[in-house]
Amino acid sequence: MTRRFLGLIKALVLLACLIPLLHLLARANGLGDLGANPVQEILHTLGKTSLNLILITLIITPLRKETGLIWLVGLRRTLGLLCFCYVVFHALTYIALDQGFAWNSLFVDVTQRPYITLGFISLLLMVPLALTSTNSAQRRLGRRWAKLHRLIYLAAILGVLHFLLQAKIDISDPIFYSIVLLLLLGYRINTWLKSRQAIKNRGNS
Amino acid sequence: MLIKRPQDIKASEITPESTFRQRRMLLKTALAMGLIKTADLSAQEDLIPLNQKESGNREEPFPENGRLNNLKPWPSNVSSEPTSFEDVTGYNNYYEFGTSKTDPASNAHTLETHPWTVTVEGEAEKTGTFALEDIIKGHTLEERIYRFRCVEAWSMVVPWVGFPLGDLLKRFEPTSQAKYVQFFTLNDSDQMPGVRYPVLRWPYREGLTIEEAMHPLTLLTVGLYGQVLPNQNGAPLRLIVPWKYGFKSIKSIVRIRFMDEQPQTSWNMANAREYGFYSNVNPDKSHPRWSQATERVLGGNIFSARVPTMLFNGYAEEVASLYTNLNLMTNY
Ligand code: HEM
Repeated sequence: MTRRFLGLIKALVLLACLIPLLHLLARANGLGDLGANPVQEILHTLGKTSLNLILITLIITPLRKETGLIWLVGLRRTLGLLCFCYVVFHALTYIALDQGFAWNSLFVDVTQRPYITLGFISLLLMVPLALTSTNSAQRRLGRRWAKLHRLIYLAAILGVLHFLLQAKIDISDPIFYSIVLLLLLGYRINTWLKSRQAIKNRGNS
Repeated sequence: MLIKRPQDIKASEITPESTFRQRRMLLKTALAMGLIKTADLSAQEDLIPLNQKESGNREEPFPENGRLNNLKPWPSNVSSEPTSFEDVTGYNNYYEFGTSKTDPASNAHTLETHPWTVTVEGEAEKTGTFALEDIIKGHTLEERIYRFRCVEAWSMVVPWVGFPLGDLLKRFEPTSQAKYVQFFTLNDSDQMPGVRYPVLRWPYREGLTIEEAMHPLTLLTVGLYGQVLPNQNGAPLRLIVPWKYGFKSIKSIVRIRFMDEQPQTSWNMANAREYGFYSNVNPDKSHPRWSQATERVLGGNIFSARVPTMLFNGYAEEVASLYTNLNLMTNY
C-alpha cells in the first residue's frame, strides 16, 4: 500500500463525510430547503451524522482484522475527528440556533434532562481523544494512548443512549443503532476473551 | 352576494394561501359592513342514523373542487400571520401514516374520505351510525384562526374551517351521565400503513370532559385555508382544541362515545407520566424530557428565536374557568 494511495483514500473519505454538512449548507442557502422546522432539521442531521461516524470509526478495526487490509487503520483518525466536528456542530446548533444562548435553560437541560446529560458527557469524553489524536501525542503517551482511546466505546454508548432517550415514542431507529453498537462491542469482547484464554492456555502448558 | 366573490376570481387563485388572504380581506370588509348573517341553526334537520334512512343514496358532503365558501369570519386574537399552507400541510404528526413529520404528506393519499360515517354511542339519546354529510348539514362553517401548539414545543397558526363541536354533540342529546366524550380515529391498515406497527395502541383515541367538549372554542374541523382538510391534516373530520397540546386534536374521527368515566387516551396509555389526560398547554409544567416554556414557530429561518409559550396557549381568558378547581401541575 503506497502512501499516495492512502492519501487519496483519506481525501475521498473526508469528502464523503463532508457531504451531509455541505448538503445542509446548500439547503440553508436556498438550494432546496430545510423544511418547516429548519433548526430541528439541522440539529437532527448533525446528530445522526455524528452517530453514524462514531459507529463507522468503530467498525474499522473489526474490518481490518477480518479482511487483513491494514491500511484501513489509517482512516480511523480522519473519521474520528470528523465525528468530533459533527458532534461539536450538533451541540452548537442546540446552544446557539435553538436555544439562543439561554444559559440558564441550557444549564437546566444539562443537569436535569438525562438525554442531554448523556450527550454532553459523550461530547466531553471525545475532547481528550481529539486533543491526543496527533502523531506526537500518540508517541508521547505510548501504551497509555491506546488505553485513553478506549473512551471512544463509552462515548459511543452514551451517544446511542442519548439518541434512545430523546426519541418520543418510535424507537425503531435507536434500536437499530443499539444493535449495531452491541455487535461492534461484542466483537471486541469476543476478541478480548479469546486473547485472555490464549494467555491462560500458555500459562498452563 | 359579496361573499361569493372569491369564486369570481378563480384565475388568480394560484395557491390556497393567496385565496385565503384575498378572502380574508373581503370577509373583513363584509363583516365591517354588516353584510354577514349569523348561523342559522333552524336549518338543521333531526339526525337520522344511516340504517333508518329511506334512501341509501350518499351525498357528497363538500363541493367537488374542495373549496369551502360562505365561511363565517371569527374574531381571532392571533396577531401573527398564519403559517404557510405548505408548512401546515407538510409538517404533521399523524402516526397512522408514519412517524416522521413528512410521512403523512407522502403517505396519506391512500385515505378514503368518502363515503364517511361517524358512529355515536354511549350516554346519549340519539346514537347510531351517521353520514358525514348529515352531520355537517345545517351547521354554519366558520373560519377560525387559532394558534396550534404541539407537545414537542413547536407551533403554528392555522386558519381552520369548522363549527363548534358542542353544536353537534347537543343534537345527540347526551344524558346526565355523559361526563366525558371519547373520540376514535379510523383504524384501517389497508389505508393507513402506520397502524401495522404498534407504535401506539390503535385505534388512536382521545377524550375530553363534557365541559371541554361543549366549550365554544372546541372546533369540529373540516377544512383549512378555505378548502377541505388535506388527508394528512385529518380529513374529513377532526377536532381542534386550541388550548391543549396538538395530540388532543384527534384526526379522521369515526366514533364518538359519551361516557360517565374518564376515557382512555392513546398517548396517556403509551406513557402516562409524560402525557396526561388534560394536556393543557402550560409553560410551567415541563415535559419530563424537555421544557415547555418556549416554542419554535414553524416557518421561521435558522436564526428565528423561540418564543415564550402562553398558558392555555393564549386562550386562558376563555378557558381558565374550566379548571378553577384543578391543580394544573398535578393534573397535566
Ligand atoms: C452537549 C452535547 C449534546 C447536546 C446538547 C445534544 C442535544 C441534542 C438535542 C437537543 C437533540 C434533539 C432532541 C429532540 O429533537 O427532541 C439531539 C438529538 C440527537 N443527538 Fe444530540 N446532543 C449532544 C451530543 C450528542 C452526541 C455526542 C451524539 C452522538 C454521538 C448525539 C447524537 C444525536 C442524535 C443521533 C440525535 C437524534 C437525531 C434524530 O432524531 O434524527 N448528540 N441532541
